[in-house]
Amino acid sequence: MASLDSKIPSGPLADKWRKHKTEIKLVNPANKRKYHVVVVGAGLAGASSAASLADLGYQVTCIVFHDSPRRAHSIAAQGGINAAKNYQNDGDSVHRLFYDTLKGGDYRAREANVHRLAEVSVNIIDQCAALGVPFAREYGGLLANRSFGGAQVSRTFYARGQTGQQLLLGAYSSLSRCVGQGTVKLVTEHEMSDLVVVEGQAKGIITRDLKTGKLHRWSADAVILATGGYGNVFNLSTYARGSNATAAWRAYKRGACFANPCFTQIHPTCIPVSGDYQSKLTLMSESLRNDGRIWVPKKKEDCKKDPNSIPEADRDYFLERIYPSFGNLAPRDVSSRAAKRMCDEGRGVGETGLGVYLDYSDAIQRYGKQAAARANLQNPSAEKIRELGEAAVAERYGNLFDIYKEITDESAYKTPMRIYPAVHYTMGGLWVDYNLMSNIPGLFVLGEANFSDHGANRLGASALMQGLADGFFVIPYTIGDYLATQKPGSRPSADRPEFAAAEKNVADMIAKLLAIKGKEPVNYYHKKLGKIMWDYCGMSRTEEGLIKAIGLIQNLRAEFWAGVNVPGSAETLNQALERALRLADFIELGELMCRDALERRESCGGHFREEFQWPDGECKRDDENFAHVAAWEYQGEDKVPLRNIEPLNYEFTKMSVRSYK
Amino acid sequence: MVASAHASPSTAPISITLRVWRQAGPNQPGKFVEYPAKDLNPNMSFLEMLDVVNDELERKGEDPIAFAHDCREGICGTCSLVINGKPHGPHRGVASCQTYMRSFADGDVIVVEPFRAKPFPVIKDLISDRGAFDQIQQAGGFITARAGSAPDANAIPVPKDNADLAMDAAQCIGCGACVAACKNASAMLFVAAKVSHLGLLPQGQAERDQRVLAMVSKMDELGFGNCTNQYECSAACPKLISHDFIARMNRDYIGATFRQAFRPKSLSTAGGA
Repeated sequence: MASLDSKIPSGPLADKWRKHKTEIKLVNPANKRKYHVVVVGAGLAGASSAASLADLGYQVTCIVFHDSPRRAHSIAAQGGINAAKNYQNDGDSVHRLFYDTLKGGDYRAREANVHRLAEVSVNIIDQCAALGVPFAREYGGLLANRSFGGAQVSRTFYARGQTGQQLLLGAYSSLSRCVGQGTVKLVTEHEMSDLVVVEGQAKGIITRDLKTGKLHRWSADAVILATGGYGNVFNLSTYARGSNATAAWRAYKRGACFANPCFTQIHPTCIPVSGDYQSKLTLMSESLRNDGRIWVPKKKEDCKKDPNSIPEADRDYFLERIYPSFGNLAPRDVSSRAAKRMCDEGRGVGETGLGVYLDYSDAIQRYGKQAAARANLQNPSAEKIRELGEAAVAERYGNLFDIYKEITDESAYKTPMRIYPAVHYTMGGLWVDYNLMSNIPGLFVLGEANFSDHGANRLGASALMQGLADGFFVIPYTIGDYLATQKPGSRPSADRPEFAAAEKNVADMIAKLLAIKGKEPVNYYHKKLGKIMWDYCGMSRTEEGLIKAIGLIQNLRAEFWAGVNVPGSAETLNQALERALRLADFIELGELMCRDALERRESCGGHFREEFQWPDGECKRDDENFAHVAAWEYQGEDKVPLRNIEPLNYEFTKMSVRSYK
Repeated sequence: MVASAHASPSTAPISITLRVWRQAGPNQPGKFVEYPAKDLNPNMSFLEMLDVVNDELERKGEDPIAFAHDCREGICGTCSLVINGKPHGPHRGVASCQTYMRSFADGDVIVVEPFRAKPFPVIKDLISDRGAFDQIQQAGGFITARAGSAPDANAIPVPKDNADLAMDAAQCIGCGACVAACKNASAMLFVAAKVSHLGLLPQGQAERDQRVLAMVSKMDELGFGNCTNQYECSAACPKLISHDFIARMNRDYIGATFRQAFRPKSLSTAGGA
């Protein structure tokens, strides 16, 4: 049984982090350069941690599977990043950001972690502005904000619809500076294939060079995984095609606990699925809900009609109707399920009936009239107002409207967008303590790859915040607390048998996959896995469905290992082999997700069990029995993993029924 | 073109022939190989069409066509196909992954190649090595600001026009289409975008001269050519980054060269006791 000590500091909530920083161990500058830290991944969390640790003087190696660190999927985040700056003078504070995030997560995150996140959020904006991130600004040159779901203040900073790109390029520029100065060794096109544990501590990794197939051993004093989430278990998601869970999963199989794997986020505003060839779903930023209004026809028979022909009285703006105080800015899980309920009632739109409208016509009118007034136009024509309104909307959201046009061949300026929920983020991940260290000493997990800050549902614009908080402002302090316990120069040689065994483990798995030479391509199995997960472990789940899914996944796993055809050899660039290795892990992780969803007999946040709901269809939490983190521990091939529990002790906040009405 | 309200796009299937560059490894000879792709939904993306062709090849135990891709929404800069002679295909302002089969007609023969340039050697099939771009960034594409040292973000106002222009340049996705489109394999649009982005902001002033000199020097060293002044780069750019930034970079470069040569420098770099 794993020991799960969260190491949450004592004392008042608002003092915990400050107190902890003054009490944890330090490493002196002369010793820092003797420690080697391997960082896997270079998204927001990976790049920012690699650069910060190198600046502190540690030897850092940063390993990425992409051809460049700038490709990490943080780059695709659109809408923004939250921070409790209160630049809008609208009543925001660290406490409010903390409370919104904790409540948004349906009271399944740690209080202390979330409070720390809210505290350092303000430093992140300062840091990013200093790095040259071109945030949106007002005419006076100060920073602009917008609103995001689950909040009643405007605290989201943004760079057009490409905030993730600009923040990632900021972190990447810091990393590049360190690489250029020789303080970080950057290794591209290497995928982490195993974790090496020596005498109970993480002391290295095995990577596969994706260009040559060669396996490499990396010895380290500490290992940081910043490898992102596992939403591609569902095959269709807003993740990049290459996003994978392999590093985290191999760490799990070496003893790191996997926490709350069933907590996955379904984002309400994505472009609906159109065909079985489809490889990915595209997000339409949550920021669109600032100005767009979501509706479905009141009458089923109107669903196939031209939406512009449906009169106002026959439209159901269901989020505004059900959640009057948050309206179109209700949190993601709540909004997604509401959209699903409308479609289940037969009022969905589009070819498949799985879609709702996101309508900009009111915003175009409103902005158009404002612009006409600013320009002192007397009695502007309807066309003029429309023209000015479309220009104003384009300035705010133009790139999103362009993406929509590219994919659907429709103009959202003229006809409402059709949207539907899709898998977007995973709140679950490897278990970490307050220092972001897993239950394997020396293994740290940052960003989406860990489980710690978002509970059962993440609020919009909080992922970017967490990635940079972990990398820039948490790990530089907390890693010292571990390294100070390690004798400088004591890291093991890569010739030790543990390294050889891990390398052999990887080589054997590759050889086994290549030897199958079955009938079906890797994608065939990935699509099957995705369908099982979406049907039984997606937006709503039942005991019966989850039991069935576990059986189906076990069968699929056997079929995959008997029937997949991976052409080519291990000694070259082999994309089919890369996909097969990742899918083998996704299949096992999918089973664990279903197991976790089955055992969590309550509904909370993104985890909705049909058996546990209030009469109005909202989540019914069971705080008495499930106010805890479920941290799964690997027990060996084909053995049921062990479900460890870390109780969530709320010292300062009352767990209440989450209401956005 | 604006789609008429609620017109559903045509879904009549099309069939095409692909003529694809196949090359087993970096120093091996390559050649074009033809593959038929039948009954495609025109709403399929170009990369999804390659997925379908690859699934067929894998079923037969043949080596699938290697191509670089990741986000499939035009922002990561990984995809890098030359389609019918044009980097990122027929449409302006999109990446390869945002090219849809509806752009082609039934019966078309489509030629697909990797981005080609001396500093971008082909690794396999349609994948070329663009690591040179990272090296240019590492030479100077940054502002030195260590975590913990930053002043309040609103302490330094940035005029909105400058911030907007900086953002226009900062949108570069680092795909390399500008290099692939240029007959001189010039990387000037890429370098100019970064130099302009950081040079337009007050935070980027301290290292402005050093940055442009270091990045241009590294660009030359890596074998990228000079600007042709024909602007194929901005025409091929999936983010439509303007070649005006190249002029801005040239101004910066000339100024920096003079200042570097004539500005008095302290003889000591030592700090205090």
